[in-house]
Amino acid sequence: MKNQKTILLVDDDSDYLFQIKFQLERFGYKVISADGQKEAEVLLQTIKPDLAIFDLMMENEDSGFILCYKMKRRYPDVPIILATAVSAETGFSFGINSEEERKWIKADLYLEKGVRPEQLQMEIAKLLKV
Amino acid sequence: METLDVLVVDDEPGIRSGVSRILRNFSVSYPFMDDDIQFNIIEAATGEEALDIINSKPPAIVLLDNKLPGMQGIEVLDYINNNQLDILVTMITSYASLDLAVKATNIGAYDFVPKPFTPQELKASLENIAKHYFLRRMTRKLHKEGKQVRFQFLTVLSHELKSPLNAIEGYLQMMQEKQAGDSIDAYYDMIDRSLSRIKSMRSLIMDLLDLTRIESGKKKREFVELDLGLVAKSAIDTMLPLAVQFDVSIILENNLTEPFMADPEEMEIILNNLISNAVKYNKNGGSVVCSLSNTSNDLKIVISDTGYGIDINDIPKLFHEFSRIHNTSTKNVSGSGLGLSIVKRIVDMYKGNIEVQSAINEGSSFIVTLPLKNIVEDIAGI
Repeated sequence: MKNQKTILLVDDDSDYLFQIKFQLERFGYKVISADGQKEAEVLLQTIKPDLAIFDLMMENEDSGFILCYKMKRRYPDVPIILATAVSAETGFSFGINSEEERKWIKADLYLEKGVRPEQLQMEIAKLLKV
Repeated sequence: METLDVLVVDDEPGIRSGVSRILRNFSVSYPFMDDDIQFNIIEAATGEEALDIINSKPPAIVLLDNKLPGMQGIEVLDYINNNQLDILVTMITSYASLDLAVKATNIGAYDFVPKPFTPQELKASLENIAKHYFLRRMTRKLHKEGKQVRFQFLTVLSHELKSPLNAIEGYLQMMQEKQAGDSIDAYYDMIDRSLSRIKSMRSLIMDLLDLTRIESGKKKREFVELDLGLVAKSAIDTMLPLAVQFDVSIILENNLTEPFMADPEEMEIILNNLISNAVKYNKNGGSVVCSLSNTSNDLKIVISDTGYGIDINDIPKLFHEFSRIHNTSTKNVSGSGLGLSIVKRIVDMYKGNIEVQSAINEGSSFIVTLPLKNIVEDIAGI
């Protein structure tokens, strides 16, 4: 397909990976997936996706934050969605709404896992400006 | 109902009474709290007056106007910071002085509310600050009581329990909406994956039951003189289907000469866990040796495999709850992450010892040493 956008999807839950990959492909995106921070870092050496979706807690509980940071340093223009279930599970909430949080969380959008596929598609389209 | 003191520092009486009115019937609830939080408003018209109150009866929260007749709000904030008081500060500032508000949050104010504010804005800010206050106090309390670990355990546990549910729910939704088309064939993969998540969730729950029984001390321990060889044999039989699936052979070497007093169920848990690990983390065509022996003092259980081996840096983490070692060789191995921590607890109860020897790509040995005598004497009351 022409102009097909590539999304890098990183999550250590193979089922989440399977499901989101399935949805994204249904929406016409090309998906490259990795099941952890290390694998994603290796991939990022050679590919530049159009957008990335990271889980937060993978090998380490801050793997997602670290990936955001490294990715933005390499490709500052590629939007990142941080998708986690942290708030629902722990009650600890954080976001990227305040200036202070944006200073250290280098993601463009923070999404709770479990959003409807259509909403995910909408958010992606917004970030890709299509 | 829990009440937090809120000190409102503002030279305008209208603002003070407005805040009182807005917060009088306001309460905050939070799933982690037993009680709702409500607010008791204390008023101060000047910074000096505020400091008097802070010194005599420190409030939990201070709503602080910056522009005060004498001492400025920011100085009150400084005072609170410098004295490391356990008080959260929200600055009330006019829109014209937003710079200042940002500066204030940088030097330690928790939040700021621009003036004029709506009741809703004030309530939202108070809700945030009350939750933050609660969490901070909770964390401190947990630290104090050494319960931090427990709290983390529950957090991880809820993650481990919810993620299979989320996965299965996801697959069911995909099927419900026929996202892969009308043919059931297209969904086999999803069904298999769902079933395998259910299976691992069940084993987590079983492990969890073991763990709670051990931890609570409520499980009735029955010490009998037992033939550990038989327990090992039954554990091996239980693992056989798994071993066949992985094409792994299990060999039992029983060199026991001394009788051993123990709780059969506990020994079963140790052997089941170690043998199933040795099978799961093995290579195709590999083998597991379960060797039982004793000296006059100790009983020794050695479970050796010919599997991937464990990185030396990962060994200390092995016995922590939910600390499954993630790497490319282990990513397809399912497990609750509790097995070894359960084994360790039991071994500790017997005043025994467990150690690991491992070489990458050659295999690992788990060596459990349990004192023969102590147990027998404890039980016999000698």
